[in-house]
Amino acid sequence: MLYDNLIAPFADFEFMRRALIGTVALAFGAPPIGVFLMLRRMSLIGDAMAHAILPGAAIGFLLAGLSLPAMAGGGLVAGFVIAIGAGLIARSTQLKEDASLAALFVISLALGVTIVSLKGSNIDLMHFLFGSVLAIDNSALILILAITSVSLVVLALIWRPLVLDSVDPGFLRTVSRAGAAAHAGFLALVVLNLVGGFQVLGTLLAVGIMMLPAIGARFWARDVTGMIVAAIASALIASYVGLILSFRAELPSGPAIILVAGFIYVLSVGLGPVGGLIWLVLPRRHLEA
Amino acid sequence: MGGILVGNPLKRNEAMPQLRLQNLTLGYDRHPAVHHLDGVVKDGALLAVVGPNGAGKSTLFKGIAGMLKPLAGSIKREGKDDRGVGYLPQAPDIDRSFPIGVYDMVAMGLWRSRGLLSGIAGKDHHTIEAAIAAVGLTGFEARPIGTLSGGQMQRMLFARLIAQDAGLILLDEPFAALDARTSAELLGLVQRWHGEGRTVLAALHDVDLVRAAFPETLLLAREPVAWGRTGAVLTSENLNKAQRMCEAFDEAAEACAVAAE
Repeated sequence: MLYDNLIAPFADFEFMRRALIGTVALAFGAPPIGVFLMLRRMSLIGDAMAHAILPGAAIGFLLAGLSLPAMAGGGLVAGFVIAIGAGLIARSTQLKEDASLAALFVISLALGVTIVSLKGSNIDLMHFLFGSVLAIDNSALILILAITSVSLVVLALIWRPLVLDSVDPGFLRTVSRAGAAAHAGFLALVVLNLVGGFQVLGTLLAVGIMMLPAIGARFWARDVTGMIVAAIASALIASYVGLILSFRAELPSGPAIILVAGFIYVLSVGLGPVGGLIWLVLPRRHLEA
Repeated sequence: MGGILVGNPLKRNEAMPQLRLQNLTLGYDRHPAVHHLDGVVKDGALLAVVGPNGAGKSTLFKGIAGMLKPLAGSIKREGKDDRGVGYLPQAPDIDRSFPIGVYDMVAMGLWRSRGLLSGIAGKDHHTIEAAIAAVGLTGFEARPIGTLSGGQMQRMLFARLIAQDAGLILLDEPFAALDARTSAELLGLVQRWHGEGRTVLAALHDVDLVRAAFPETLLLAREPVAWGRTGAVLTSENLNKAQRMCEAFDEAAEACAVAAE
């Protein structure tokens, strides 16, 4: 019974195994990025960037049909163009980065939907927006694994300036120029992970596996490392349970995974040991000193 | 238009120049906040920068720290001291909700020697512990910065300056909103740095404190009013003059004629 529900789907079906490997890889790459987005008060930037990659992926789709390399490549280019463009506008005018990004990403979204509708049907559009976790082929799997590996290595390299740029950017500017580079590298990681996620979860839900576990992790740990561990753990649980749920209940897998992640998030807000709502109801007595 | 320099910075034959300001104009949107400042800060000087609100003290420090490009003129670091600049702004742009502890914040002072990747080694742990002990925060190493009081925060930032081991230290209103004991202890650190031959510039508004502890003073009111020995600079005549010089930008100001040499 337990075997039938928890293991058999993956033992019996190759597409479930692929889906599991893909989502597990995503669960290692994206949540740490999400933790830094949250701590840098950029939680909505992931959403904006997810929209920004759409026209690139759409142009890839227009030229080569539903081909992963074309769509992923186009998505990467579009994401980088928007990220760099927003950064340049922010640095050379009085606009802040969030404002210039907000302006560019809606333009990008409108452009993307227009391009998809030039050629594709509504079903193509749905595939774009919500992905299809059950149709991951080898090239998609390799892409996701490569993105996760690059993402973890680069994050380790830019960790120190990234933390410093988040806490005390003014100080970092007086000792080093690494802040701008770390910020740019970090935005590149956001784009990379969204492109990795959009094949599985779609452009609209890719940001879910990045942000939901990360935001919930704030209720489980007090330091950055602990938050990242908690975020990865909850993303792994969401991936596994979401896939089982979608298999058993015949739900679309992307939304199923994100809904489980959302459920974990709600649990964290309610019961998390670091400032969860439950501690409002069960106040503990203050300490002596 | 030009600033009147009452006496030059302390003549000490043995001291090399640390900082040379030449016809320096700093400001925002072309409006000068520091206007035509000339002078030399000697290596190892302990210089107070005094002036009314809006006199350009913070702007001057931002310029020296390299955060603001001069509208005209130049700031040159001279001399053989290449230990970098330690800059403590008046209102540091610190995200106090970020989950990081006192120890890690102080460790950031080691950036110049450790950079991007090299690990914090045994000797560094000693440096960090010593810096934390010097500001009296021993026992607070693991405390998240969000739980510190204003005074403890300033102590922590001083500890980071100690770890930074800078040759030129810029302190913008370092004792504002601190109680007497904290100010006295931090002033002790400033004097220790002076004794170690570092060059220290501090923007201050407490004239009595400056008279008691700072040998040299620059009195600034957008334009330099006086620069030299503290006793000669902080006369009531000079202070009144500084007070009279207006604070507001003149929106209709003409382009400055002095700038075109």
